[in-house]
Amino acid sequence: MNNRKIIYQFGYRRCADQDRPSPARHPVIVVGAGPVGLCAAIDLAQRDIPVVLLDDADRIGEGSRGICYAKRTLEILDRLGVAAPCLEKGVTWKIGKVFQRSDLLYAFDLLPEDGHKMPAFINLQQYYLEHALVERAAGLPNLEIRWGNKVIGLKHRNNGATLNVETPEGSYELDTDWVVAADGARSTLRGMLGLAFQGEVFEDRFLIADVKMKGDFPPERWFWFDPPFHDGHSALLHKQPDDVWRIDLQLGPHADAKAEQAPERVIPRLRQMLGHDDFSLEWVSVYTFQCRRLERFVHGRVVFAGDSAHQVSPFGARGANSGIQDAENLAWKLALVAKGEAPESLIESYDLERSAAADENIGHSTRSTDFIAPRSAQELRFRDSALSLARHAPFAKRVVNSGRLSTPSTYETPLSTPDADTWSGSARLGAPLPDAPMRDRNGRPIWLLEALGGRETILHVPNGEQPPTGSHVLIIVDDLIDEHGFFAQRFDAIPGSTYLVRPDQHLAARWRHATPSAFKSASRRLRGFEGGHA
Amino acid sequence: MSTLVTENRFADPDRAYRALIEAHRGLSDDDSAALNTRLVLILANHIGDHSVLQEALALAKQSMGTAEAKS
Repeated sequence: MNNRKIIYQFGYRRCADQDRPSPARHPVIVVGAGPVGLCAAIDLAQRDIPVVLLDDADRIGEGSRGICYAKRTLEILDRLGVAAPCLEKGVTWKIGKVFQRSDLLYAFDLLPEDGHKMPAFINLQQYYLEHALVERAAGLPNLEIRWGNKVIGLKHRNNGATLNVETPEGSYELDTDWVVAADGARSTLRGMLGLAFQGEVFEDRFLIADVKMKGDFPPERWFWFDPPFHDGHSALLHKQPDDVWRIDLQLGPHADAKAEQAPERVIPRLRQMLGHDDFSLEWVSVYTFQCRRLERFVHGRVVFAGDSAHQVSPFGARGANSGIQDAENLAWKLALVAKGEAPESLIESYDLERSAAADENIGHSTRSTDFIAPRSAQELRFRDSALSLARHAPFAKRVVNSGRLSTPSTYETPLSTPDADTWSGSARLGAPLPDAPMRDRNGRPIWLLEALGGRETILHVPNGEQPPTGSHVLIIVDDLIDEHGFFAQRFDAIPGSTYLVRPDQHLAARWRHATPSAFKSASRRLRGFEGGHA
Repeated sequence: MSTLVTENRFADPDRAYRALIEAHRGLSDDDSAALNTRLVLILANHIGDHSVLQEALALAKQSMGTAEAKS
């Protein structure tokens, strides 16, 4: 059963490329207008790269949907101009609670400190995110979305690819320098290139139900092991906007997917959980999941991002979040390469950095699944022993794993210049910068990440010597005032401290006392020039 | 990184062994297995060193192989 409304419908429109005698040539074509494809396309367009985004559908609002968007993803969405509507509509949360039977085992706080623009998480139906992204895309003159355009063929060419695109009015060809394949878990492009997925398939089935009701649960993530309303299995409850609640129930490996989705089966289960039947079903689905990835994300001029490149279990909200982080990692690199400001080999660093991120996400998600869905009597015994010990010993609470929620990866990458000095604070080389509340030179409040935007930036704390030069230099005290000391603390900043930030806001290099040649070398290095030597 | 100690460390190893036996005496196989599992988790945390844990796992697995060979 699937009675989720189709909320946003778009029309196929004929475009000029369809009437050309020979294929039009584009610098970048993105395939798939899900969150990953939309983010990649918007990011590229914001970086002055003309983009065509193809999608075979003409609507959003169908299918299984991600609902949890993590802090780092929100920071990216903010740079893309869509965080505000998402935050306004979404349910903000940061507390997770884990229960065994009816007893609270422990609670965790995903953002225990102040001084960040974005919250730990919001819950938001995916179609609202996609709609916000589509609206943003519509405001970018160099980004064209073509709905009802299905890629049915792909040919590698020297320095590019030719796509054969099917529309309601017949097919046409497009030449492109680069293809971003963001066409989802069942990626057509992956199939066209004959690429295999490697990893584990899990047998446990889970029921996902979106329920509309007035509930007085707080906006927190509640997870139960062996709850009284669902003996021997796990359950998860999340609040979404519009009085919709996401419920996830483990069914075990032998459940009949079709029978379990029938309302006469679902409604009694939910009644038992909620203690009443004053609710309506918005959407029900039964799923299994895989933890697997492509061996390589870059195949010539075709680059895979999001679910087309890697898949994880839903525990930890690492699917959409990691996909959007793929898009951000790729966009600035493709933009520099397309403009001739970086060597093509820079794209290899996308493969390296995001493969490592995928492995990290798959590792977390696999270990969570091992805990949530034990596969043997002894695995179950370990799980139950950890749960019962958790009531008596703090270490065992740390063992209990109901999903480790998405955090951004720290890249160990040749684009970073290794630290020569010692640093404390929460900023880490290769990681996204921690945000901090600042004031600009007119005294107006501004967040550090807003001040960075999407440009390669040097942050410098003056020490009386000549400040560094570069295309975007922000001097702490002059350009940014660290009124409350968050910056100094998070970056271990003292006079002379200087930081080089990548266009995706990850830290590329830092020095206690930097020289112009050190900046130049680190800047070349982050753009993928061999060894960074000027 | 430390390594697994395989020499005896107890002043009175017979007494320590006896404590394990007494803890299990009278338990069903299931309860025994549950007790052992908890004990493994507690002791693994006390060791708190991933490489020592790996060595202990390897030694345990290795001894299963030799026990079979001898029988």
